[in-house]
Amino acid sequence: MFAYYFQLGLRSLRRNPLLTALMVMAIGFGVAASMITYSVFRATANNPIPQKSDQLYAVQIANWKPQDLEGELRPALTYTDAMAFIRAHKARRQTALYPIAPSVIPADAHRLPITADSYAWYGDAFAMFDIPFLYGGAWSQAQDDAHASVAVIGRELNDKLFNGIDSVGKTINLDGHDYRITGVIDDWDPQPLYFDPVNTGGFGDPIDLFIPFTRAIDLQMPTAGNNNCNTDPGNGWDNWLRSECIWIEYWAELPTTADADAYKRYLTGYAAEQQRAGRFKWAPNVALRDVTDWLDFNKVVPPESKISLLVSLGFLLICLVNTIGLLLAKFMRRAPEIGVRRALGASRREVYMQFLIEAATVGLAGGVLGLVLTGLGMLSVGWVFDEQIARLATLDVSLVTLTVVVAVAATVMAAFYPTWRAAQVQPAWQLKSN
Amino acid sequence: MMQIKPILAALKRHKAGTVLIALQIALTLAIVCNALFIIRQRTEHLSRPTGLTESNLLAVSNRWVGADGKATESLTETDLAALRQQAGVADATMINSYPLRGGGWSLGADTKPSDKDNVRRPTAQTTLYFTDEHALSTMGLKLVGGRNFRPEEVRWVDPRDFETNVPVIVSQALATKLYPDGHALGKPVYLSSTKPATIIGIVERLQVPWTGNWAANFAENSVLLPFLLQGNFGNYLVRTRPGEMARMTKAVPALLFKTNRMRVIPEERGVRTFAEVREQAYKSDRGMAILMGVVCAVLLAITAAGIVGLTSFWVGQRRKQIGVRRALGATRHDILSYFLTENLLIGAGGVIVGAALAIGMNLWLVSHFEMERLSLAYVAVGVIALLLLGQGAVLAPAMKASRVPPVEATRSV
Repeated sequence: MFAYYFQLGLRSLRRNPLLTALMVMAIGFGVAASMITYSVFRATANNPIPQKSDQLYAVQIANWKPQDLEGELRPALTYTDAMAFIRAHKARRQTALYPIAPSVIPADAHRLPITADSYAWYGDAFAMFDIPFLYGGAWSQAQDDAHASVAVIGRELNDKLFNGIDSVGKTINLDGHDYRITGVIDDWDPQPLYFDPVNTGGFGDPIDLFIPFTRAIDLQMPTAGNNNCNTDPGNGWDNWLRSECIWIEYWAELPTTADADAYKRYLTGYAAEQQRAGRFKWAPNVALRDVTDWLDFNKVVPPESKISLLVSLGFLLICLVNTIGLLLAKFMRRAPEIGVRRALGASRREVYMQFLIEAATVGLAGGVLGLVLTGLGMLSVGWVFDEQIARLATLDVSLVTLTVVVAVAATVMAAFYPTWRAAQVQPAWQLKSN
Repeated sequence: MMQIKPILAALKRHKAGTVLIALQIALTLAIVCNALFIIRQRTEHLSRPTGLTESNLLAVSNRWVGADGKATESLTETDLAALRQQAGVADATMINSYPLRGGGWSLGADTKPSDKDNVRRPTAQTTLYFTDEHALSTMGLKLVGGRNFRPEEVRWVDPRDFETNVPVIVSQALATKLYPDGHALGKPVYLSSTKPATIIGIVERLQVPWTGNWAANFAENSVLLPFLLQGNFGNYLVRTRPGEMARMTKAVPALLFKTNRMRVIPEERGVRTFAEVREQAYKSDRGMAILMGVVCAVLLAITAAGIVGLTSFWVGQRRKQIGVRRALGATRHDILSYFLTENLLIGAGGVIVGAALAIGMNLWLVSHFEMERLSLAYVAVGVIALLLLGQGAVLAPAMKASRVPPVEATRSV
């Protein structure tokens, strides 16, 4: 019976071509607009490390007076506090990090220097953030403590500099200093860049190069990201390190909630100690945020993405209201036909079935049009969103399925009322008026 | 207007269709009003002048490799000399940032020093541009008072270590904000706590590097300082001679690499004409405006199509009644105006609900995003537009209805 009704549905598509075209277009446009904006939203609201997002915590502490905070804890720390947390070593793994901008000088003197997106952090970070290695591995804690000149590079940089061979043990020259490579990272491109949404805005190219935090500080490498001061830090590097300027992000791996609670108590204790020592003249104010919380706090999902998703959903809603009206017109036009079917013994249930399946056929046609439009729309995502976000919005299998499912489901839902009306047709009344 | 009562009576028999059209009009009005408002918000800045003469201007970002701090002074000076001698280049300067670039230096400026507790309450937020005496001619700024920097006033400084007790050039907007009486020339401006800078020149307009909403209240407050910043990163602005732009876009980076190859000029956004700078700065604003425009157009088309579809259905259903009315003496014009009035009544219901929805939706957006309150003018325009759209959409089916012959009354369906 299903196949027969489906056939009837297909045939009926051709019966009122204008009405049908209107409905298919309305559904197609509505679904396509929603899917395009949803794909961008999905990419920006992505959880980049789902297996561990509730075990990794970003650390915040109020080192400025409440007026300077403007109501919210800042997303970065001072060198003083970051180093105190590293020394305390209270978490399973921990790292301080900041972006740097060294230039890589190729060994081949004929090639021009290149910049690599780089971070200074601790060896723990590689295991913490589940970073896969192609060759070698992370540097050790002993090398962190020794301020060693070592580096981990990304696969792309390894291809560029060493033609993709195992470069562990070779050296790389950054701004005139040699670093020994301890590992080459395999493809690793978490988006959003959760470990530093503060300086990247959440999206950017994969990070290519890492060196020990301790070494970067020795070489007085300034941050390539934001540096915020509430008071004049004074002149020179050492004054800057000692100042209340904030420019470092800090992550702790805390496997259980008990660990997180204990760590929070430690932070509160630390802040209280600073208060007693006279550095903080306010009550302890600290926060631990896991990955999803941290991305929310840093407002990684751009407002454009949310607004356009909302507008498109509103658009889809209007298209559905439109479809209800048109389906009503289409179905009620066939009242005499329904009357005949009912008089010949078809139950209401049969009428329901027939018209819902017919509506699903319309939805399917709308879904196919929607798919084509979504495909076209994907090409123009780059007009509205940053390239780094636009490249994340893709038409994959799940989105194709979702497009068709939403189109059919929405149309069938829109068909409930018109179908109910169709099933209410009184056979006797229809036959009499004929 | 005599017809309103019978129309209402007839509509009662088509409750579902009436409600659907009204609902569609209401939702469309709500979304179109807000979308148009977003378009206006996004586009009103697009044409804001930076104060620069934007044609024939090239921006180059440069990072020294293996040199930092003081060592970059002579390297940069060599670059600037080479650039200024290059045929096709009118002038060149080095600057820490420029309008529409995105990143830069901002702080509070004041006309008074800090109070005794060392607390500053700056009267104006401003951006700082660190550059030299070539900035005015390279950027094409219009000096409206005072003078340019003299070569001997320009110094190299460490960005973490300098005093701001120097002559400065400010934008007119900042001058007016600091000294509303209009006499800013020669007056002090405190950029740090104790030692004031002196205003020696005023330029007509100079925008800050940022285009975001957060910088909207100081968008044209700028200070030019006669300092060149040491360090491995800097921007060159190059004014080319007319007609030389295309050639210079390639010649300038080639010249720089010839002068010294230990540098990085990024492949992306390393060398940009100012037209590109402007396009990239406002890309998401323009994109959002286009997106909203497309949504509005399609939405209005679909709503109009929906009205046509449903009204055609009604006309088809009522052919017999129309025929009876015609037989009883109604003119074609009467039939036409019946359907137009019917649509106007439904539309009126729709726009009343829609106006409320539009305002509610805007209030929600205001509370969740950086948005302004919807001006009622938009709602008014939207109401009129949708009523006209409804009348336009209903015209074709109504004409068809008016052509139903009176003889229809005698036929059974």
